[in-house]
Amino acid sequence: MATNVSVSITVNGAEHTADVEARMLLVHFLRDELALTGTHIGCDTTHCGACTVLLDGVPIKSCTMFTVQANGQAITTVEGLARNGDLHPLQVGFKEEHGLQCGFCTPGMLLTASALLESNPSPSEPEIRKAISGNLCRCTGYQNIVKAIQYAAEAAKGDER
Amino acid sequence: MSAAQTQELGGLGQSVRRKEDARFIRGQGKFVDDVQLPGMAYMKLVRSPYAHARRGEIDTAAALAIPGVLAVITGEDLAASNLAWMPTLSGDQQMVLATGKVLFQGQEVAAVVGETRFAAADGAAAVRVEYEELPVLVDPHRALDPDAPLLREDREEKTNHIFHWEAGDREATERIFSEADVTVSQDLVYQRCHPAPIECCACVADWDSANEKMTLWMTSQAPHAHRTLFALVTGLPEHKIRIISPDVGGGFGNKVPIYPGYVCATVASLTLGRPVKWTEDRSGNLTSTGFARDYHMRAELAASQDGRIRALRVKTLADHGAFNAAAQPTKFPAGFYNVCSGSYDLENAFVEVDGVYTNKAPGGIAYRCSFRVTEASYLIERAVDILADEIGMDPVELRRKNFIPPESFPYDTPLGWTYDSGNYEGALDRALEIIGYEDLLREQKEKRERGEIMGIGVSSFTEIVGAGPGKQCDIAGLEMFDSCEVRIHPTGKVLARIGVQTQGQGHETTFAQILAEELGIPVDDILVEHGDTDTAPYGLGTYASRSTPVAGAATALAARKIREKAKKIAAHVMEVAEEDLEWKDYAFRVKGAPDRSTSMADVAFAAYTNTPEGVEAGLEAVHYYDPPNMTYPFGTYICVVDVDRGTGEWKVRRFVAVDDCGTVINPMIVDGQIHGGLTEGFAISSMQLVDFDENGNIIGGNFMEYLLPTAVETPHWDTDRTVTPSPHHPIGAKGVGESPCVGSPAAFVNAVVDALSPYGVRHIDMPITSDKVWKVLREAGITE
Repeated sequence: MATNVSVSITVNGAEHTADVEARMLLVHFLRDELALTGTHIGCDTTHCGACTVLLDGVPIKSCTMFTVQANGQAITTVEGLARNGDLHPLQVGFKEEHGLQCGFCTPGMLLTASALLESNPSPSEPEIRKAISGNLCRCTGYQNIVKAIQYAAEAAKGDER
Repeated sequence: MSAAQTQELGGLGQSVRRKEDARFIRGQGKFVDDVQLPGMAYMKLVRSPYAHARRGEIDTAAALAIPGVLAVITGEDLAASNLAWMPTLSGDQQMVLATGKVLFQGQEVAAVVGETRFAAADGAAAVRVEYEELPVLVDPHRALDPDAPLLREDREEKTNHIFHWEAGDREATERIFSEADVTVSQDLVYQRCHPAPIECCACVADWDSANEKMTLWMTSQAPHAHRTLFALVTGLPEHKIRIISPDVGGGFGNKVPIYPGYVCATVASLTLGRPVKWTEDRSGNLTSTGFARDYHMRAELAASQDGRIRALRVKTLADHGAFNAAAQPTKFPAGFYNVCSGSYDLENAFVEVDGVYTNKAPGGIAYRCSFRVTEASYLIERAVDILADEIGMDPVELRRKNFIPPESFPYDTPLGWTYDSGNYEGALDRALEIIGYEDLLREQKEKRERGEIMGIGVSSFTEIVGAGPGKQCDIAGLEMFDSCEVRIHPTGKVLARIGVQTQGQGHETTFAQILAEELGIPVDDILVEHGDTDTAPYGLGTYASRSTPVAGAATALAARKIREKAKKIAAHVMEVAEEDLEWKDYAFRVKGAPDRSTSMADVAFAAYTNTPEGVEAGLEAVHYYDPPNMTYPFGTYICVVDVDRGTGEWKVRRFVAVDDCGTVINPMIVDGQIHGGLTEGFAISSMQLVDFDENGNIIGGNFMEYLLPTAVETPHWDTDRTVTPSPHHPIGAKGVGESPCVGSPAAFVNAVVDALSPYGVRHIDMPITSDKVWKVLREAGITE
């Protein structure tokens, strides 16, 4: 019944080859096969964004993509955000500005925000709110998430100077 | 004590950055679904497609024939070990897996266990269940009709009526109503909604047959209470059950009850002798786990013509769904609903509630709410506005005129509570000042002349949180105390364990701050653990804003017990008499010579290396705290909305929240709690609704139908506070997590109704969607 397919996917810079069921969702591949449990599952219908990862730099919802569709591409998960042990400015911003409470939506938020800052290093508040509107948070009311992203944008400017 | 010292320690009032964030920002939080064990199998539930049906045969053959399917569990299998039904937290019983009948759409009918998640899902799809449809009861107002279908055949009482409950003085209240200058009456529906934390429910049951021990990782807001109930229901000895509630991805009351999935996974693990994981999907979460509210209320006020509110009368029909699975103190079938006299000094009041069964999911849980206080607060804050409209008085002035004055505390309400402290006018004045109320009134007048639609809504709520006291409040007989155990290691570092369980509230930080303040040990040197019943002291868990009022008090008092012993050791080390020492500015100091001092860290070292004669070694304490009273946080929220004349969309232009939660432990976290609670209040008033069609099909069983606000819709929140400490709490704290969700819905609705009041509108039921407003505007001839 189940047909396995061979895939090769680069995750956080490391290439992984595996035989997976054709129907295996990308989020299950990341969580169950690679034990990267920072990517979460919240709704099954692409609404909540807890499963957001970057696919070749673009935020996608890994609960609505089959593993085989990511074959040959590069994925970034929350575990890949820090570089050489240095936290991403967004990770610092979320802590400094109290941009998280239960922490369940946080990984998806961080990745969506990282893609925003890549394309728009100085987003306005409405631009930030629009960018994260595919990521639901039940704890924070988003206000401090917005501030956390602004913090990271400012920090990145500081680094460039 | 100096402010600099407090800041350095991370004591009370400091916005200490959260300790728990270190793991969450790295994706290293440990949630139940992250638990992976060797040999772990997966479980999937089969659910009923019908709201009311006689359940016939279950054919499991096709499912069992699928490679990788390990077991199919049915209600009959559970009945063999007396587990087909389980007790609810409200003295009712609930089916674990359906036998005989199904009573709501989405009810659990069978559990399929597979080697992989695919095998479990394929197996669940292959289970065939015969059903014979029965008439469906959806409308609670029809539940007591003679021709209504009887839902609960298992009960001795052959009726859909669950309970009648009342508080206050009916006769005295009637008398006031019969003689009052003015009375108003309004029907209000607080709609069925669902907390919908982003993490659904989950558990991993791991039976260790050699040691005969069951370990359960579980999304639980009350792990100890759940352990005791598991022991009582399954017959497993309690010391052989370990419940670990690790990181929990939001609770909001949803994770207080015990759900069938937990029981089925436990049975599956016992049967198969291997770990079994059950992770709920979103539709399972929304269709079958604890819903909230569904209160159909009539609010009546009696007043004098000049705006003195004299009495409140409330009659309510409570829709509890198929089983009364409300999670609330045993003696309170309608929770603390009788706090509905709110912030006002009334001559008398009377409230009655009737609970009924319908073919809907069970529940009545306290969604970001201390047991029906959200319904109560919404009711009184709407009713006051309606009275203001009736007598033509400014709603702010009407509130001010009727507030319980600050000098009247402690204040006994006509419905049986004793409010600890309050300064309602103080919070109101602060909110009015921040928002510029007079200017807003002028602006509104001008706009109305131009035909623009703008509304101002005020809510001056009073909360009731911090259950116990244990004699008054129990969950399934367990008194609602809470606990803290503190150990100071020889090098002055601290491990503290608490009986409550965080779901994002930041306990690992705030409880460490309480200890930093009490022990003079820096917050970074204090580790707070919770959620593991093998290690944490017994507690009743986190919900109803009870962590700070109850476990927070236990934490402060455990630290003070340590200080008592530490003082003896300090005297020994300093070679002075104990009575010559005092605890001041975070150290033991010689009276009159404060520079001669010993820190707690030094005392800790001595407690293990240089104990005085007759003093036990070590420096530990545990405290179980039974609060003498609830705490009563309060505040005033003011909301300004603009309504689009063409579409009926309403937007929050400004929202000011002035909260008073007594002593503030961490202002950053308090503000964060308020932002989150206001957002949930906004969601409830504008979009969240679990509805049903006439056949009992759920509308709102996924995030396409059950709407949650995104960052785009969510308003900006302005927060501020006044501080009126609780006189009976060791550090004066009251609890805050729920106030914004309790107090804000009335502010939103009052604002929208105020905006539409020129068109004859006095009330609109939540959620106030744009189409409801548009219909009003169309009828008024404003839009087409």
